[in-house]
Amino acid sequence: MDLSIFLQQLVNGTSLGSMYALIAIGYTMVYGVLRLINFAHGDIMMVGAFVTYFVYQTSGSFTLAVLAGILASVLVGVLTDKIAYKPLRDAPKISLLITAIGISFFLENLFNVLFGGVPRAFKAPEMLTKVLHWGSIYLPVTVIIIPIVTVTILIAVLWVLYRTKYGMAIRALAFDIPTVKLMGVNADTIIALVFALGSALAAVGGVFYAVSYPSIDPLMGVIVGLKAFAAAVLGGIGSVTGAVLGGFILGFTEIMVVAVFPELGGYKDAFAFFFLILVLLFRPTGIMGEDLERSRF
Amino acid sequence: MRNAIIKLLLIIAAVLLIGWANRHYDSYTLSILNNIGIFAILALSYNLINGVTGQFSLEPNGFVAIGAYFTALFLLPADAKTDMFALVDPAPLVLSMHAGFIPAVISGGIAAMFIALLLSFPVFRVRGDYLAIVTLGFGFIIRIFALNNPAYTNGAMGLNDIPSTADFLWIGITALITFVVMLHIVYSRYGRAMKAVRDDEDAATAMGINTFKIKTIAFMTSAFFEGVGGGLLASFLTTITPDQFSFLLTFQLLIIIVLGGLGSMSGTLLATILVMGSMEWLRFLDDDMVIFGWHTGAHPGMRMVVFSILLIIMMLFARKGLFGDKELPELLREKFRKKGEQ
Repeated sequence: MDLSIFLQQLVNGTSLGSMYALIAIGYTMVYGVLRLINFAHGDIMMVGAFVTYFVYQTSGSFTLAVLAGILASVLVGVLTDKIAYKPLRDAPKISLLITAIGISFFLENLFNVLFGGVPRAFKAPEMLTKVLHWGSIYLPVTVIIIPIVTVTILIAVLWVLYRTKYGMAIRALAFDIPTVKLMGVNADTIIALVFALGSALAAVGGVFYAVSYPSIDPLMGVIVGLKAFAAAVLGGIGSVTGAVLGGFILGFTEIMVVAVFPELGGYKDAFAFFFLILVLLFRPTGIMGEDLERSRF
Repeated sequence: MRNAIIKLLLIIAAVLLIGWANRHYDSYTLSILNNIGIFAILALSYNLINGVTGQFSLEPNGFVAIGAYFTALFLLPADAKTDMFALVDPAPLVLSMHAGFIPAVISGGIAAMFIALLLSFPVFRVRGDYLAIVTLGFGFIIRIFALNNPAYTNGAMGLNDIPSTADFLWIGITALITFVVMLHIVYSRYGRAMKAVRDDEDAATAMGINTFKIKTIAFMTSAFFEGVGGGLLASFLTTITPDQFSFLLTFQLLIIIVLGGLGSMSGTLLATILVMGSMEWLRFLDDDMVIFGWHTGAHPGMRMVVFSILLIIMMLFARKGLFGDKELPELLREKFRKKGEQ
């Protein structure tokens, strides 16, 4: 592989990794606080992408569309928590997992019934789909914008987590919910905040996915969600920086393995799974994680 | 002694009933009965790992696929495979595979059991819900493998003309065997250890239970019967494709075991009949409906929306399902005891 192709794949990998990272943050934060694999997270991303698509089609303004998509995802995320997860806080964890599966399947099938299962072409504004080229390197604008936006968002999230009172409450909840309640913190509000933050990032990730692949369908969140979860475990579940690192590693690996061994292209979606198995076998705490039972941000 | 005789009589009565049904019902009724029988096998074994052992997993579609493909490849004669494989020639191993019905079905179960053993090492070493996500991923991977290895699976076109040996006699009796075996496991030393792991893993470890071993045994047993169920499914349907074994299958089974009560085998059996019956009955939801003169249009998937809402409501308000984690005789006994006290 010559250098120019390598550079091009490097940028592609960063872009794909950014998407995984954005979605993985939501998984890792919810897991950190509630010890719950939020199966519906990938579908919340799908909701964001669909709403963005419809608002962009009707209004023509991409900024408005993305904002509407984020709002819709936040709404669905917070409502899911309020309706389906909150009544089960003291129930056995298996009940919570089953409910999460139910929500996930409900969203997928609802969108399937409402809008049909056929993939829809997602036409992003020309500004984003333009292709730049230097010499033999061809790069769509999106693959440059996506990592920049992701890094900005990541800095903002870390700022919220480590420099604000809310962030402190979130981190405290990850340690011990009853004690935090005794300190006068409204745990349910903070948990809702976690869901809102995670869902907003998932919506951004969903829009990036829709722009890059350019198509959306009701089941788009399943595989991407699975991969993002694998990324979160790889980085160490409960750790936000770990989730981002895991996302980038997974993105690079996927792009690079297919670039070097094109015959493995059909197995592209399986890499995340093997990563997951390997991490669980050799380092269950992931790269940044310390202790699975007491994971922290 | 008296109990043993009652059990034996019940089993004989069930066998006679299955044999009678197999002779007297028309093919439409029998196909519904076959569906119920196969889903009973799958749901009962799924309940062993999810309900009795309390390890939430999402793998049945994967294990059913393995069982179905193994059984189909063993049942199909070599020249039929050569004719059918359109993309590439079948692998020599595939051509040399041939066996009778019973070994073919059992081989599917053993293959699934072996994969379960492999999966249990990464999954059960860590505590927590990783089993759920790893098994969910496994279901997708199986599909990717089936699509990418046409020399073994004929890719997306799947396998056709699988000899249809499995009639209701085979399926019903296998379901009966599964039920009896599961009940015996639940009431055995292993079953009690599984429940201990479910209720409190720390306490179970403190009592000297090897929790890794118990979880692995439950997972492998469950996988074996799911593989066998898959083999019967392949022979019953005579056609299998990778897309058939999607997450939908697992979701249906999840609804069944939640409705029946996680950990209750008799509840699962009853719930299988209820859910599979209502799946048939609710078919109209997917079709065009006229409500006050307004056409809704055909909505494939509407049934699944209804069933997922049902699942969520059940988890929120009736978490115990029909029978909780008890078996029917235990429930009856409790009821009579309460009456006696009054």
